[in-house]
Amino acid sequence: MTDPSDPTVADIPLVQLLTPAGVRTTSPEYAYDGSLPDIQDLFRDLVMTRRLDTEAFALQRHGELGLWPPALGQEAAQVGSARALRPQDFAFPTYRDHGVVLCRGEDPVHLLGIFRGSSLGGWDPSEHNVALPNIIIGAQTLHATGYAMALTLEGLVGTGDPERDAASIAYLGDGATSQGDFNEALDWAAVHQAPVVFFCQNNQYAISVPLERQTRVPISQRADGFGLPGVRVDGNDVLACHAVTTAALQRARDGQGPTLIEAVTYRMGPHTTSDDPTRYREAAEADVWRAKDAIERVRLHLVSEGVPAEWFAEVQAEADALGVHLREACQNIPEPDLAELFDHVHVDTTEETEQQRAEYVAWRDSLEGSVA
Amino acid sequence: MTEKMTMVKALNTGLRASMDQDPKVIVMGEDVGRLGGVFRVTEGLQKDFGEGRVMDTPLAESAILGTAIGMTFRGFRPVVEIQFDGFVYPAYDQIVSQVSRLHFRSGGKIPMPIVIRIPFGGGIGAVEHHSDSPEAQFALTAGLKVVSCADPHDAHWMIQQAIESDDPVVFMEPKRRYWESGQVDTGSTSLPLFASRVVRPGTDATLIAYGPMVKTCLESAAAAAEEGIDLEVIDLRTLSPLDLGPVIESVRRTGHAVVVHEAQRTLGLGAEVASRITEECFYSLEAPVQRVTGYDLPYPPSRVEEEFLPGLDRILDAVDRARAY
Ligand SMILES: Cc1ncc(C[n+]2csc(CCOP(=O)(O)OP(=O)(O)O)c2C)c(N)n1
Repeated sequence: MTDPSDPTVADIPLVQLLTPAGVRTTSPEYAYDGSLPDIQDLFRDLVMTRRLDTEAFALQRHGELGLWPPALGQEAAQVGSARALRPQDFAFPTYRDHGVVLCRGEDPVHLLGIFRGSSLGGWDPSEHNVALPNIIIGAQTLHATGYAMALTLEGLVGTGDPERDAASIAYLGDGATSQGDFNEALDWAAVHQAPVVFFCQNNQYAISVPLERQTRVPISQRADGFGLPGVRVDGNDVLACHAVTTAALQRARDGQGPTLIEAVTYRMGPHTTSDDPTRYREAAEADVWRAKDAIERVRLHLVSEGVPAEWFAEVQAEADALGVHLREACQNIPEPDLAELFDHVHVDTTEETEQQRAEYVAWRDSLEGSVA
Repeated sequence: MTEKMTMVKALNTGLRASMDQDPKVIVMGEDVGRLGGVFRVTEGLQKDFGEGRVMDTPLAESAILGTAIGMTFRGFRPVVEIQFDGFVYPAYDQIVSQVSRLHFRSGGKIPMPIVIRIPFGGGIGAVEHHSDSPEAQFALTAGLKVVSCADPHDAHWMIQQAIESDDPVVFMEPKRRYWESGQVDTGSTSLPLFASRVVRPGTDATLIAYGPMVKTCLESAAAAAEEGIDLEVIDLRTLSPLDLGPVIESVRRTGHAVVVHEAQRTLGLGAEVASRITEECFYSLEAPVQRVTGYDLPYPPSRVEEEFLPGLDRILDAVDRARAY
């Protein structure tokens, strides 16, 4: 018998639509209704996300990035959910959601810039409807809730117009569910029936701390106490992640309120390139999850559907091209100019800011003079 | 059009004017709707602007600020009320690590036009956590702007100017002055938001204050005048950015400066003001800049708050100390 208080083995149904062997299955409530080419598109996104991730990891090892938080193993959760978004929906990612940023159409070189220490993000969130990744754990769950409340105020919910109705999605990890902000966000979202989806990637660890140190109940069940539905989905199954997120977003856009999704997955790599997971987990554990790989199962499925080897080779070539591009682009990320940063402290700059800029510039110029 | 009203009423009419003018202005906080706020600053707004624009929120300060941020992404201009100074700390993270930085992080792409209204300061015999003066904690946070009004006229205009600002403004309301009346010229703004002003000209020493202490300084100056000492009083109005032009001009004339605030002394606004005066007025100063502040204690039980807070005697004593050099 499973221990009902163990959040890792809770016998709550896990929505799964594609088995690790690549076999399509059904769930009573959720269905993936895309075509074979749609699944091929998801496969491509998965491969690109992994390539971005492994490339960035390597760039860090080559000293080009100061740090990188790998998404390895979590591609299906990120791609499946992000591809369920419509252009008018808005995503609030964390530092690990590279696949989300990529799928939204934001230039992944921006992500490299953050971890290279060249920028703090710097993009305009309204361009691709994706916010700057948040490092403060849980904070963005409230931003997404407020964004959703604003959508309601603007009448962009429940009109029945698929081009108009919109929702927001907040990404978070299992550790973040312990934060007050997350709990406040669930409560607010439910009270206001805000069109927001909370997408939690339960990758089993918050740095070194395992899930059972964060919660005594499965994350999806946390929704119950706040009055919103909670869904538990196989986070390595891109079809299932896509299906449950599509349904949750539709509920939100229709004006039926928020949903909490728990995507059960595993962080295959370290927390960041500075972390050493051998200090807190057994290698055998990762082997179990390797057998559930997000990409391999889609590949098996596509092969069984008769997708030819040449197509896979094309995707591989595209991924290689992305790799080459990222390597080059990373080295060409412009060095930040401290003098320019003074521009962005305020919209209406202050005399004090200008004086300090002038002080810095004068000092910098004097140094250049002394070298010459 | 000049009208006599309390500071509460002045803030209320100011908020109303901003909401009338801009449909993107929304008010949110605990009890701000039906009740009109515990101090009634938002009285009647929900009735006139609806529950969408005047929102009673769940009791969660971090969420008040966090959701306000999300709303700015859609062009809203949230004016959030923190019920009392001592309750802003749960929202501190959202304010200092999110509100203050998003414009900067986005390379100037996202404005954060949020006004954070905080009734602050002591002197009303309140229980614990209802009398704090946390303004310096926000003034030292790059990216935020911090202001404090001292009288109804300023309250009326400063709130509207703060709402118009595309930058986040922490708006410190001196709660012990809420019920004091003054003339409000609803037709004229008189001063820009980020400017200090001389509220009483004088020649012998300069008193520098803001918010609740402006009136206390004016009373001190009146008392000093009876002894033939002519004190200039400056209301800083803006704490970040500081507008020290009038202060420096004044201290160069008087040679004596006394900074007064309710907040604890160490690393309070007074420390910054004193340091700037020293940098700018070194050769004009006839004495070190004096500070009259709350002591470095957590806010004490209210039965001793009169001794904790700067009053006439402590201020005049500091003036004497400065003039004795
Ligand atoms: C408020 C806050 N506290 C601590 C940290 C340091 N920290 C960064 S990531 C992390 C673990 C987060 O775990 P989880 O939410 O499960 O997300 P994951 O990293 O697994 O994606 C911690 C403690 C932080 N960034 N923010």
